[in-house]
Amino acid sequence: MSEYRGGAQARTALARRHRVRAWEPLPWIVALGFFFAFPKHLGFGTEVLVTILFALSLDLVLGYAGIVTLGHAAFFGVGAYTVGMLAKHGLWNEPLTSLALAGIVGAAVGLGSGLVLLRTRGLTLLMLTLCTMALLEEAGNLAHTWTGGFDGLDSLPIAPLLGRFEFSPLYPTTQYLYVLVVLFLCFVFVRTLVYSPFGQSLTGIRENILRMPAVGAPVPRRLAVCYTLSAGIAGIAGGIWAQANAYVNLGTLGLDRAATVLIMLALGGRGRLYGAFVGAIAYMVLSHFLSKIYPTAWQLGLGLLLVVIALFAHNGILGLGETVWRRLRVSRPLNMGAPQHRTPNPPL
Amino acid sequence: MLLGGIAAGMILFIVSVGLSVTMGLMGFVNLAHGGFAMLGGYAIVLAMKHWGLGFVTALAFGFLATAAASVVLERLLYARLYRATELDQVLFTIGLVFIMIASLTLRFGPENQPLTLPRALQGQIDLGFVQYRTYSLVLIVTGIAIVVALWLGFERTRLGAQIRAAVDNRRMAESLGINIARLFTITFALGSGMAALGGGLGAEFLGLDPQYALKYLVYFLIVVAVGGLGRVTGVFFAALLIGVLDFVLKKYLPQGGPMFIYAVTIVLLLWRPQGLFGGKAA
Amino acid sequence: MTAPLLETRALTRNFGALLATREVDFRLDAGARHALIGPNGAGKTTLVNLLAGVISPTRGQVLLKGRDITGVGQAERVKLGIARTFQINRLFRGLSVLENVYIAVAERMGVAPSMFRPAGRRTDVVNESMHLLDTLRLTADAGRRVSELPYGRQRLVELAIALALSPEVLLLDEPAAGVPSAESHIILDAIDRLPPEIAVLIIDHDMDLVFRFAQRITVMVSGAVFASGTPREIGADPEVRAVYLGQTARG
Repeated sequence: MSEYRGGAQARTALARRHRVRAWEPLPWIVALGFFFAFPKHLGFGTEVLVTILFALSLDLVLGYAGIVTLGHAAFFGVGAYTVGMLAKHGLWNEPLTSLALAGIVGAAVGLGSGLVLLRTRGLTLLMLTLCTMALLEEAGNLAHTWTGGFDGLDSLPIAPLLGRFEFSPLYPTTQYLYVLVVLFLCFVFVRTLVYSPFGQSLTGIRENILRMPAVGAPVPRRLAVCYTLSAGIAGIAGGIWAQANAYVNLGTLGLDRAATVLIMLALGGRGRLYGAFVGAIAYMVLSHFLSKIYPTAWQLGLGLLLVVIALFAHNGILGLGETVWRRLRVSRPLNMGAPQHRTPNPPL
Repeated sequence: MLLGGIAAGMILFIVSVGLSVTMGLMGFVNLAHGGFAMLGGYAIVLAMKHWGLGFVTALAFGFLATAAASVVLERLLYARLYRATELDQVLFTIGLVFIMIASLTLRFGPENQPLTLPRALQGQIDLGFVQYRTYSLVLIVTGIAIVVALWLGFERTRLGAQIRAAVDNRRMAESLGINIARLFTITFALGSGMAALGGGLGAEFLGLDPQYALKYLVYFLIVVAVGGLGRVTGVFFAALLIGVLDFVLKKYLPQGGPMFIYAVTIVLLLWRPQGLFGGKAA
Repeated sequence: MTAPLLETRALTRNFGALLATREVDFRLDAGARHALIGPNGAGKTTLVNLLAGVISPTRGQVLLKGRDITGVGQAERVKLGIARTFQINRLFRGLSVLENVYIAVAERMGVAPSMFRPAGRRTDVVNESMHLLDTLRLTADAGRRVSELPYGRQRLVELAIALALSPEVLLLDEPAAGVPSAESHIILDAIDRLPPEIAVLIIDHDMDLVFRFAQRITVMVSGAVFASGTPREIGADPEVRAVYLGQTARG
């Protein structure tokens, strides 16, 4: 390859990577197709869309900035309870504004905890995120006059969307389309973010957090911003979940949910935008059909799957797909921004 | 009364100390550690029930069986992930826990496996001024014996010195000719064996069902994070602290107990990110 | 005589009982070519870490153009014009060479916090990154993932990231360390061609490199400055020869 061509190609790859690929409308067409094809399964479809949104928020911190957290459900739960408590106590039940509030409260909790926690690394950070979430869960349990305690709050009186479209638990058409639109908007935001210079600097933090201060990057501040945005989106996911189901419970901020979303993202492929889609759908469809019939076998299979992913497919289903795709093509473009499994730099 | 908390702390210590040393030594986030305690507990309880082994013999059996199983896992699987990212380690060990839980459920069902203590350990003991549960005292004595033994092992034996050197500076240890891979395997086996002991000894306190591996994991991790990685004495005091705190809070503040523990942990970890007793100087 | 560009006063740092840096008075002039040599464990890297703000001193001061920057953190010192490379590569291994440099350039130009324009559309950052890669003869590798490059070229990327920060002071910690001798000329050429206005402090064990490159040499032994002078003076100093240079010395 000539010097000129190598440079020009790299420049073009960087200049074009944010462009919309030809296949990118496909997931959205499929989602709309699902709406018309499976009117009886829109409840499940809505649940999947919310989960994708939640996994997408995790992808921002985990896949792009490389922060391993076991406490991301904290923000999901905070968003859900924001919507739930406002509606249940007759304070506010207009869907769009309460959803925005859920996002703001989630972001605020993310900012507050992020500023304090993100100074630590490794096991300490893992434990701090986990304990913060557990703390919130216990607080939710204690303040049962407000939160309904262990039983949660049900039959939330959510007002019709835009004053016209009812949220019906039996025919969740409104929920499905509403969640789809919110997911799309959040996705566009995240997509813009990860291809921006800010997103590039997040990948720098992920790839080598020790180098970043040596290029003058204020790492704690940038991580806090990323964490806040991600928490805001997680809060929106939680809020919309509460609206769609008309209830909240402590499970929204439990370790189960936090671990599950981590597993989904790893399954789909982290740091890849669409990993959240693939992972959430694969996980939820499998568990939908298997977990009720053979719960133990499902757990066994999931365990084996996780071991296989950790050992052989660090980049999940999408990573495997990319590998196959590259093998098929002679000249392979560099997949910018996606994390590689790597051996960490030796200490000092 | 406090004795119950101290006894619970001893169980926490016996299970967690292996986790602390292996995490400190290998930098491996091993969320499956509680799973080894669970497997050990099952081995001990079932060996007593079906083979009629005595309690002490069964404990020894559980220790050896779990240590042996962990060596196999370490050599075959863990070793491949020592240099992997934290996330891969987390996923791998969560997967392992799921496999353990599901296997035990399939084989033995989801119910609790009751431990029948030998008659000598049941009942109360009269210390003159007050009466205590015999088993609590036995646990405390065992825990102290183990911490002393481990401390001596760490400070006085060649293996202990190698482990300490490797925890502090792995490269230095390697350049001194310490066989790190072998050290890892031995430590991992010992740590898992200890966890098995804790699983068996604690079965009477904590119960023993397939969810054990996840139910108490957070407690084990808190003890390790607060005590510091690779610190025997640190983990001992952290386990006592958490055990007693948990016991006292359950009595006096049954609602807010766990919340208080989480809050204390967060504050301690922010104050001393290396753990209360961590850091190179300790 | 004007104030030196970078200066330390009685800089001391201990790790527990170990005195890694003791009472170091050191000065680096504008545009200097300065080498720091000494046996292993002499405290050379610790001194670089103190200068770059990675660690803070137990006692003493660091001054940049006469201003006390002892309390200034690593990232802010980069903004003040102090850049460094690492003895062991610290690269963004999963990213392309261009992205590695882009991250540094974007940081210097204050573009990095921007969230809405695509990174590739910031032609100012891209052009400057490409220009820098050109001067280091890395253009052909711009699109390749760093982890796929031979080690010698990875060391060059290490240097490129530091240069992308347009430093006034460049601290090079064993820039050719680990590079096979067949490739080491790439690094040496790049160092020879560094812009003359940058003050360069280089740590290296390769005496050929040091004596060819440096106008001034400081010798450290057990955390303290043992001798300082021109290459000729250092080469001729019998004590330096005795403690360090040994048979390999030339002067």
